[in-house]
Amino acid sequence: MTLSLFALQLVNGVEYGLLLFLVASGLTLVFGVLGVLNFAHGSFYMLGAYLAFWLSGRTGNLWLAILIGLPVMALVGLLVEKLAIARLYSRDHLDQVLLTYGLVLLFNELQRVLWGNDVHGVATPAALAFTIPLGATQTWSAWRVFTSAACIAIAFAIRQIVLKTRFGMRVRAGASNTEMVEALGIDVRRLFAALFSAGTALAGLAGMLAAPLTTVYPGMGESVLILSFVVVVIGGIGSIKGAFFGAMLVGLADTFGKVLLPGFASAIVYAVMAAVLLWRPRGLLGAAAESR
Amino acid sequence: MTLSRRAVLGAAAASALASRRLVAATTAKIRIGLLLPYSGTYAALGHNITDAMKLAAAEHGGKLGGREVEWVAVDDESDPAKAPGNVNKLIAGEKVDILTGPVHSGVAMAMMQIVRQEEVLTIVTNAGAQAVTGTLCAPHVFRTSFSNWQTSYPCADVLLKAGQKKAVLMFWNYSFGQESMAAFKEGYVKGGGTIVKEIAVPFPSTEFQANLSEIAAIRPDAVFVFFAGAGAAKFVKDYADAGLKDKVPLYGSGFLTDGVLAAQGAAAEGIKTTLHYADALDNPANRKFREAFRKATGRDADVYAVAGYDTVNVLAQALDKVKGDVGARKELIAALESAHVDSPRGKFRFSRAHNPIQDIYLRQVKGGKEVVLGVAMKDAEDPAAGCKMGK
Repeated sequence: MTLSLFALQLVNGVEYGLLLFLVASGLTLVFGVLGVLNFAHGSFYMLGAYLAFWLSGRTGNLWLAILIGLPVMALVGLLVEKLAIARLYSRDHLDQVLLTYGLVLLFNELQRVLWGNDVHGVATPAALAFTIPLGATQTWSAWRVFTSAACIAIAFAIRQIVLKTRFGMRVRAGASNTEMVEALGIDVRRLFAALFSAGTALAGLAGMLAAPLTTVYPGMGESVLILSFVVVVIGGIGSIKGAFFGAMLVGLADTFGKVLLPGFASAIVYAVMAAVLLWRPRGLLGAAAESR
Repeated sequence: MTLSRRAVLGAAAASALASRRLVAATTAKIRIGLLLPYSGTYAALGHNITDAMKLAAAEHGGKLGGREVEWVAVDDESDPAKAPGNVNKLIAGEKVDILTGPVHSGVAMAMMQIVRQEEVLTIVTNAGAQAVTGTLCAPHVFRTSFSNWQTSYPCADVLLKAGQKKAVLMFWNYSFGQESMAAFKEGYVKGGGTIVKEIAVPFPSTEFQANLSEIAAIRPDAVFVFFAGAGAAKFVKDYADAGLKDKVPLYGSGFLTDGVLAAQGAAAEGIKTTLHYADALDNPANRKFREAFRKATGRDADVYAVAGYDTVNVLAQALDKVKGDVGARKELIAALESAHVDSPRGKFRFSRAHNPIQDIYLRQVKGGKEVVLGVAMKDAEDPAAGCKMGK
């Protein structure tokens, strides 16, 4: 592999990892703080993508679609939390899996009823509908660059919120000791609802950003869900920073695995996960989970 | 005691069979089993095949060989694991006279294992697995759609004629993709082309960036791919975004663009594909079929609907010859073997292995529409490797 090709693949891996991070960040927050194993997270990604498709078709503008879609996703998160998830905080993971898997089926059916089973393309906003040369032959669509930049910005924003705001402080406190937080007079229920809603919106946003790149199609949530779980487990459950490194690792492993070990491509990500877990059974930055 | 009981039973069975045949030949409805997906990813395909079959039957006055048709549909869910149960349900449970379907090749393989032990006349309406009219071919099994070989082998010549001698192959690594690539390679290497790289993408992964960078680095004369559905939509968009579309021409079997052209948009412009059908084919049968299908269903017909339509039309021809007597197995098979079908895809007949001998068209996306450039291969006949029938 020449140096320039290596650099290109590095860019590909990082770019893939960034998008994975955006999906996984919501999953790890909900998993880490609420202790809920949310299988429906992939469905929120899919729902976001379909909203982007549907709303941009209606409004003729993807920016507007995202602007409308985000609060819709947050609302969906609130509703799902209130109607379903909130009843499961005290139950074990198996019950949660059962319920959230049921939600997956529900959302898939909803998608089929509302939008049908066809594959749909989503137009890139006109301002970003150009490509940038990358190496001698290849180009990069401006939307890809924008998506990566947005993912970095969001990662930074999440970090600031978790570390620097009162809400973030409560989230961190809730993650390490729920009962103590409650005893201090903080309404944990509301905190959890807000957090679940935020996680849902993040997944939805990832779907909306990815839609012009991936096209929207039935079952698009499931493949993302599995990789997100891999990212969360590698990074350490509940750790945003861990999810970031986990996503980078998965993105790079997948990219270089495809090129260097093509026969092994579909397994490489899982091999990396196994290796990380052998080395650090709680994931890269899984200390927070330990104290739970 | 044993002997006499066996004799009595045998006689009873024989007379029951004879009387059933007699009744069947005269008054009873002809039962056609449909083993098709009505849920899941391929549901739309299953519905199009079914509706086209019913349309064809209606055009024959609802009767085939003078007998009314009764449809028995089973949702195969495109699940090979459930196929044996579903096939048995249709053959043993519902006692269908004729079995048709499926869409999914895995289901077709499972179906073939059972059908080969049975007598029931079987018509494969989509699945392109080579084995159906190859190693597993059988006298009472016909296929009205295509073999995977037919969709890809003719494309090799298109590249060679354009002077593109170095190609990269990229495909979803499962049977359809593998068979498609093997067929293309066979034709390409024979004609003096070189495959510089084969990229197998695990099914159903749609993350292509790493491999596109590889292609950009290699800069072959052309790229031949197999992807379908959502994977095809994303691949074509990624290929254009990566700036490769105008530098390295992209080819594939028709499934690269069929049904996903709208989702691909401008990214698909200029792509050349080969297939036994094109929506835009300009012949009277196709015009009539597409208009009738639209009128009957409100949807546009596609390559899948054509196979369903032809299945019933060829059955009508053969059943007319035996006057609706499905029990006249030999005569019915002979009638099918000698049938000439005036299909929306053009005329076709069956090969010795019972796969259509048909023209393969070269199509190109122009102005967001599939345009027929011409015939890539006249009377393309699947080599039917491993089939000893008719030799």
